[in-house]
Amino acid sequence: MSIWVNKDTKVLVQGITGAVGAFHTKQMLEYGTKIVGGVTPGKAGIQIEGLPVFHTVLDAVRATGANASVVYVPHAFAADAVCEAADAGIELVVCITEGIPILDMVKVKRYMEGKKTRLIGPNCPGIITPGECKIGIMPGYIHKPGSIGIVSRSGTLTYEAVHQVTTLGMGQSTCVGIGGDPVNGTNFIDVLSAFQEDPQTEAVILIGEIGGTAEEEAAAFVKSKMTKPVVGFVAGQTAPKGKRMGHAGAIISGGKGTAADKIEAFQEAGISVAATPAVLGITLAQRLGRKVH
Amino acid sequence: MNIHEYQAKAILAKYGVAVPRGKVADTPREVEVIAMEFGTPVVVKAQIQAGGRGKGGGIKLAKTPAEAREIAREIIGMTLVTPQTGPQGKKVKRVLVEEASAIQKELYLGMVIDRGTSRIVMMASTEGGMEIETVAANTPEKILKEYVDPALGLMPYQARNLAFGLSIPTPLYGKAVRFMTGLYKAFVDTDCSLAEINPLVLTEDGEVLALDAKMNFDSNGLFRNKEIQGYRDFDEEDPTETEASKYDLSYIRLDGNIGCMVNGAGLAMATMDMIKTCGGSPANFLDVGGGASTEQVTNAFRLIVSDPNVKAILVNIFGGIMRCDVIAEGVVTAVKTLGLKVPLVVRQEGTNVEKGKEILAASNLDIITASDMKDAAEKVVAAAGRAN
Repeated sequence: MSIWVNKDTKVLVQGITGAVGAFHTKQMLEYGTKIVGGVTPGKAGIQIEGLPVFHTVLDAVRATGANASVVYVPHAFAADAVCEAADAGIELVVCITEGIPILDMVKVKRYMEGKKTRLIGPNCPGIITPGECKIGIMPGYIHKPGSIGIVSRSGTLTYEAVHQVTTLGMGQSTCVGIGGDPVNGTNFIDVLSAFQEDPQTEAVILIGEIGGTAEEEAAAFVKSKMTKPVVGFVAGQTAPKGKRMGHAGAIISGGKGTAADKIEAFQEAGISVAATPAVLGITLAQRLGRKVH
Repeated sequence: MNIHEYQAKAILAKYGVAVPRGKVADTPREVEVIAMEFGTPVVVKAQIQAGGRGKGGGIKLAKTPAEAREIAREIIGMTLVTPQTGPQGKKVKRVLVEEASAIQKELYLGMVIDRGTSRIVMMASTEGGMEIETVAANTPEKILKEYVDPALGLMPYQARNLAFGLSIPTPLYGKAVRFMTGLYKAFVDTDCSLAEINPLVLTEDGEVLALDAKMNFDSNGLFRNKEIQGYRDFDEEDPTETEASKYDLSYIRLDGNIGCMVNGAGLAMATMDMIKTCGGSPANFLDVGGGASTEQVTNAFRLIVSDPNVKAILVNIFGGIMRCDVIAEGVVTAVKTLGLKVPLVVRQEGTNVEKGKEILAASNLDIITASDMKDAAEKVVAAAGRAN
């Protein structure tokens, strides 16, 4: 088991003919992801990596039976692409695109209300179930099948955690990057509750950063609903107020969203907080009572 | 991105939001002419992108055109220090001259994107002129909120809820509703991330006016708002941050002495934290992004060394899409072109890490390598310590 994606997930690539889309299609195929086709309006009939390309998501779904899609469409058109996938009945849409206007995402969230589609991202590395299915841009080889669930707002910081877990001889059930934007699809609580329900997941690493209150809400969920051990880290303890730290959502405004507040909420909820990102793996091993070589 | 008050008022006026009659000027003589044209009294307001201008002496009332000229002589060119500018203050280049309003009541009106609900929220309070954060902390019940369905926009009934909730007199509620509807349209059309009218005033002669206006914009939306792009004031920005934005690099200057170059915003923040934990202090936040080229890396390096406070540099890369060999080549090129006057610590992991290490080793440059984040932070903090 794992969450949301596995070896049977049939994936469409939206924006497959663009440079980024084509590059990652190859990478995902090499990892073993079951990609069934791509979508680029106006390019139906051609093939990329031996995969059929369609004008619309609806055409692609009808022809291939795809149940997931990954969006590499440029920022000005990405919101439209996500809505198109949801309308075509895709169950899981993973949006990698960075730089989508926030008000576009406000509309997307409204459009998705009441639909069965789950959106991960935007501005995220994607989702991976090691050894089975990689949807996104993460380096596949650092992962290893196992029992640790990882969820994060940051891309490379997730790789850091994955690498440490793998190096310590443990592996991952599923890793989910929820993205660094202030308005996104899947949130921490969605992922945590899926990990809590997943029999393969033994423990969870939760990586947050400054801005908003998602970490505080996640902590409250861990405290009231989770029985599995959770290890956490919050990036941005040294970030100045009022400055956007790369991610659109990483900003301390009106005195809210500081790392100190989030760490306090984590500790209060019984989450083992790693003092630095360098000890995420060791903190997890200690929490699980594993010996570290 | 931030803009000036006079620019925000110009945008709002186009959407039917009532603002005082005003003109911008950059010489005392122009101010006097405007005061004569409007008739006195007028208010002379320093145009800098920071709040608390009144407290710092940047907003003054003039009873005659001559007095307006004298006030402008004081304000234009002064370094205005307010609670938001920091002790170094900001230089005033121009002033906004406005007809003085006879104020009956001061209110607050603001709009932000609420992350919890993923909706735009319009907030109103009778505590005009106060900082909304203070009101929210002490008397949250005094803030009225209306969450907007993006499919419908701000409905007239929502504006009425706010207007009557603020006890705006019945004859004026129609004007208040038009004001709010206009503000919402302006917000959505220009990809605003925050709009604040503080204070929103009711005047003796029955007007509903934006006495002050602050608008911030979502930088992700700028590509489709050419007019807003034109309002960018480079004098308000840190020159290094402006330079960085030209190369699509995300750079923020801090006050420490260890320059950082990292890929990914989360890892960049975590690297700064790590430096602090090891007893050092970061000089900057710098995210080179997920797919930087050798040229971008070279530019990033140049930005870091342009900061005279930098005593040591840490490069921390976890290669995913970004390959370690590309970073290594960029670093080598940069060092060879710019020279290296301070110690440089490099930690690489991930895609093509072996190639990256080979490139650094073959360069024969004096680079300190590190095995992991902790090792890297300790080494760079020690190096910066020796340099002091």
